[in-house]
Amino acid sequence: MTDNKTSPEQERKIRVLVAKPGLDGHDRGAKVIARALRDAGMEVIYTGLRQTPEMIAEAALQEDVDVVGLSVLSGAHMALTPRVMELLRNNGQEHVKIFIGGIIPDEDLRRLMEMGVTGVYGPGANTENIIRDIKAAVPV
Amino acid sequence: MTFSKAILEGDRLALARLLTKVENDSQEGRDALMELFPHTGRAHLIGVTGAPGTGKSSLVNQLALHYRKTENKRIAIIAVDPSSPFTGGAVLGDRVRMRDLSGDSGVFIRSMASRGSLGGLAQATANITQVFDAAGFDIVIVETVGAGQSEVDIARLAHTTLVVEAPGLGDDIQAIKAGILEIADILVVNKADRPGVEQTEKALKTMLELAHPAERVFKHHGVTMSVSAPKRNEAAKMWIPPIQRTISTEGAGIPELADAIARHVAHLTSSGEWADRERTRLEVELEALIRQGLMNRFREEVAAGAYEKALESVIQRKMSPLEAAASLMNGRLK
Repeated sequence: MTDNKTSPEQERKIRVLVAKPGLDGHDRGAKVIARALRDAGMEVIYTGLRQTPEMIAEAALQEDVDVVGLSVLSGAHMALTPRVMELLRNNGQEHVKIFIGGIIPDEDLRRLMEMGVTGVYGPGANTENIIRDIKAAVPV
Repeated sequence: MTFSKAILEGDRLALARLLTKVENDSQEGRDALMELFPHTGRAHLIGVTGAPGTGKSSLVNQLALHYRKTENKRIAIIAVDPSSPFTGGAVLGDRVRMRDLSGDSGVFIRSMASRGSLGGLAQATANITQVFDAAGFDIVIVETVGAGQSEVDIARLAHTTLVVEAPGLGDDIQAIKAGILEIADILVVNKADRPGVEQTEKALKTMLELAHPAERVFKHHGVTMSVSAPKRNEAAKMWIPPIQRTISTEGAGIPELADAIARHVAHLTSSGEWADRERTRLEVELEALIRQGLMNRFREEVAAGAYEKALESVIQRKMSPLEAAASLMNGRLK
């Protein structure tokens, strides 16, 4: 058991669920993001490949996360994203911020933002920007 | 509605949010812990520890599945992974191995970062188990960080500690070192389909024979001599950790492991050790809180600057750390 060196109240950590919904098997991007957020001092819950929206929402609930990051390379983002958001709302987690990474056409990007997604990032996005946007979106 | 009331009524969102408050040691979390404490003491706490890569998460997954299928018990899982010592961040990846449990409302999985704690658990892990206990989970499984040799905090927390080994991780010298193997109530040799499983099991068996000399029969000048056996009632009380082989990717050996756990619970209750362990655990908790309280009071009472002054004297070798501590405690360094 370690002594509590700082004040008794621990610093609040941003908790992020990184999930890969859908059927594509490419999780390199998701792992790069998980690692970058870790290095930015966040606690990242990594759930692995082929998650259903139901699995993602349940994990988000149990882990009480501030942010859900979805990595979608299959083109199914317009089907999966609203479903995840609906399930989060049903669970009382409408405060959870949604970030999406993957191959997202411009016209979809606008519609996703209208849906209430906080950030969308394509290939080559700078992790610094993603970290900055997450920190700005989560109330401390 | 207060957190504790919502949790006693089975509100999963309230449970998840309280776990965060308790983990962050907030005042709201402390208040709820106080209210929930009378409802604790019913859950069976199972600890799962072992080196990284021995298959702890997969084993926990299978064990929880087994309990759900055969006994319909509600299971909470606390999976601890390490925080970065540099940034404080963490990647918590144990859920990847537990996807079979998704969609079952009788299972609740919570990942925790160790947040600088070194004993294999996070500082708040014990409190998190209390919340799950009060929330009515029958079994709380705590998976430690991938532990080396001395991360043994789990033994103080759990009623039943499983130490998971896998073939090819070390020779019989590793098995006689002090530390993690000593805390096992049950030894699990996972990945039992891999080569080397016999050697691993043999090394563990030898270790157990050394640890329980009463069981030992050896040869002296060619004559078989048995070392005096313990008295009957002592023998009945003694628990010798069984060695269970499992292949957790496919679930082999899991029913037998669950049987061994059930035998251990029966042993704990019949021998009175359950009560002993509860007592030790609560004592450790009480002492930690007192230590923390005294530390806080010391910081409040010590004159501003006195601590830095003492530290400076120590750095300049004018005073030893022992002297400086004694002076600060006596209030002489004002």
